[in-house]
Amino acid sequence: MYFGLSEEQEFFQETISKFLEDTSTIEAIRSFARGDNPNFPEKIHTGLLELGINGLIIPEEYGGLGQDLLSAVAISESLGAGVATSPFIGSYIMAPYAIMKMGSKPQKDKYLQGIANGNIKFGVGLTEFVASREGAQIEIKSGRANGRALFVFDANKATHFLLSDVSGQLFIIDVKTKGLEIIELTTVDKTSSFVELVIKDIEIDLLDQESNDQNNTQEIVDLGRLMIAADSLGAAQVMINKSVSYSKERKQFGRVIGSFQAVKHMCAEMTANIEPCYSLIWYAAHCMDHIPNESNLMSSHSKAHVSEVASSIAKTATEVHGGMGFTDDLGLHYWFKRIGMNRQLLGGVDTVREEAANVQDF
Amino acid sequence: MNLDFGTEYDEFREEVRAFCKQHTGIQITGSLYQYEAISDSEKDQHLTMPVKEWQKTLIKHGYFARHIPSEYGGYGGQLDIVKDVIINDEFAKAKIPLGTGGQGIDFLVPTLLEMGTEEQKQRYIKAALDLDEIWCQGYSEPNAGSDLASLQTKGVLDGDEWVINGQKIWTSTAKFAHMMFCLVRTEPDAPKHQGISYLLIPMDTPGIEIRPLVDMTLEAGFNEVFFTDVRIPADNIVGDRGQGWLVANKTLVHERGSLGDPNKMVSRLNKLVDLMKNESIDGERIIDKPIFRDRLMKTQGKVLALKAHGLRLLSSQLNKGQDVTLGRMIVKLYGTEMRYELESLAIDVMGELGTLYENSPHLRDAGSWQYAYMYYLGLIIGGGTSQIQKNIISERGLGLPKEPKYKEA
Repeated sequence: MYFGLSEEQEFFQETISKFLEDTSTIEAIRSFARGDNPNFPEKIHTGLLELGINGLIIPEEYGGLGQDLLSAVAISESLGAGVATSPFIGSYIMAPYAIMKMGSKPQKDKYLQGIANGNIKFGVGLTEFVASREGAQIEIKSGRANGRALFVFDANKATHFLLSDVSGQLFIIDVKTKGLEIIELTTVDKTSSFVELVIKDIEIDLLDQESNDQNNTQEIVDLGRLMIAADSLGAAQVMINKSVSYSKERKQFGRVIGSFQAVKHMCAEMTANIEPCYSLIWYAAHCMDHIPNESNLMSSHSKAHVSEVASSIAKTATEVHGGMGFTDDLGLHYWFKRIGMNRQLLGGVDTVREEAANVQDF
Repeated sequence: MNLDFGTEYDEFREEVRAFCKQHTGIQITGSLYQYEAISDSEKDQHLTMPVKEWQKTLIKHGYFARHIPSEYGGYGGQLDIVKDVIINDEFAKAKIPLGTGGQGIDFLVPTLLEMGTEEQKQRYIKAALDLDEIWCQGYSEPNAGSDLASLQTKGVLDGDEWVINGQKIWTSTAKFAHMMFCLVRTEPDAPKHQGISYLLIPMDTPGIEIRPLVDMTLEAGFNEVFFTDVRIPADNIVGDRGQGWLVANKTLVHERGSLGDPNKMVSRLNKLVDLMKNESIDGERIIDKPIFRDRLMKTQGKVLALKAHGLRLLSSQLNKGQDVTLGRMIVKLYGTEMRYELESLAIDVMGELGTLYENSPHLRDAGSWQYAYMYYLGLIIGGGTSQIQKNIISERGLGLPKEPKYKEA
């Protein structure tokens, strides 16, 4: 019996962290956020592709690494920790997973190989499957799609999009297709990118298996939620680490602030709240791979619970830093905003908890 | 990640299952401890056994005191945590009572095994395991709570006897205990942590007075114990003179690690779900009300996180080199606060009915929610308060500096 990440998974995490530490410095992130460094995300993305994130869960027969979803959450955690400005959750986890589950053989050949060799990159838009706002939705008639999708993520430099129609059927569109309008959305979180898609009579590639239904689309959403939770977990842990380091250095009243119980207890509470989150997320990932009847509930709770914990850490950690925590100079807010973004994505905490209650037939 | 224990344990599990099956429905009589109000609904009276006999049966089969050497009255099995887990699992599934622990068995016995003399091991361990001698713990004093090391109960060596004067508080089980393991200041001139000795005191010694201490549950779950010129043999000491703090810290580690069992919390949560299905306001079930439903889901998220966390902690015991130091340090804080939150939700679910107590009409679940709500507040405080836990996590876990000493102006 072993519960936790394997040595290989930890090693992969460390490799990614090292790369992000060296390349995705706070100065680089800040200059990108101010609009001075437009090629920065692609530089990070390319570096991560060299480390193999695109083929992570794709089976070896399609040129991938064939790793499990526990590896995927481990990587997501590292990318959140480094507030990486790179696609991952949609492009390299949700999209390939959906195609592995619901794609036909030709679809698998085309897309999985394409993702693994770096030629295909998906943006993913399942926001309306969870909760439609602004009247956005997509309808499919005779193999053609019409409608709108909001908060499509990992859209930067996407070659394709994975979307859902109103009935929960998943389909793919090519970015080059005529009739597709891409509108950039500006959020508080400059480390991730979102677009709105306006789709006018576009030919689609419907995922071909009979299993392409609401239940399986829900599974893709569950997977996305779990990955997002892992991203927040990584970001929240860094905020704790920064708080602990800062409170060992910063002096007021003639002593380091970390010697005051008011500050110490904030650090201890953050730690007490985050530790079980690792266990929850790793267990939820294990369920997706091996205990399917628990996985929906576990990923819902991962998303809701870890979002709550991460949001509270984001606030507390900022407070530990005092006025400096509020500045762009320190840049703590990139983690704060990443956590805030993740909290809403693919279902906010209240929505997800409501779903969790409903699926348990209470 | 691998959550299997492996086929080599299948045979052992079968053996435990067979034992459980053979004892289905067993009721233990003369139980020594009653920590929580238990509803009788599931009790089946056809098989009963006195608690001491049950204890001996369990030890004989290796389902209690499994790792304690047989020369001291244990089963003498190899240390194997997986087997412990299997025993707990199967007993819980079959609703068979586990062996009876308590302060003597859980805290004193491990301490004696590590630091006691051969004579002490022979004299005390078997008697404790067989429940022939019940122990109580004499640590806290009215002026020595969180700052336990400032304790003032005094021990003076007079010839071949210790003469003890002072007072202990929060001494559960003192009323029927035969013995007390007790921290006493024997070296008044030494620094406070080095002036304490760990003494073993027979409770029938003249000069000991026990006064029940009624707590907020209105049960006398604790006692105060007063010592006036209490004389005990000089060799009733574990470790050397002045080493008591060291010896006691070993038992405190056992105590903190033993609180907050995630599986108990899961079954309590299931009871809460039942309660929410059964209770209604104006004909609408509580569980159908969105705000209560949301609170339930928040609580469930935390409980499931803690349950998964239990697996991670178990794994770190089984796999040398897996470091979950912080994860272990938070268990007492997180577990007790969590449980209190769960119980308080149940009371809110019941509204005014949630305040009913004792034998009131309209009482739900034998009053167990209100009782546990108070009991767990006690556990938040006892065994190192939440605030002390936060000091431990931040100082020992995160490496933050200790608070500077306060200087009187």
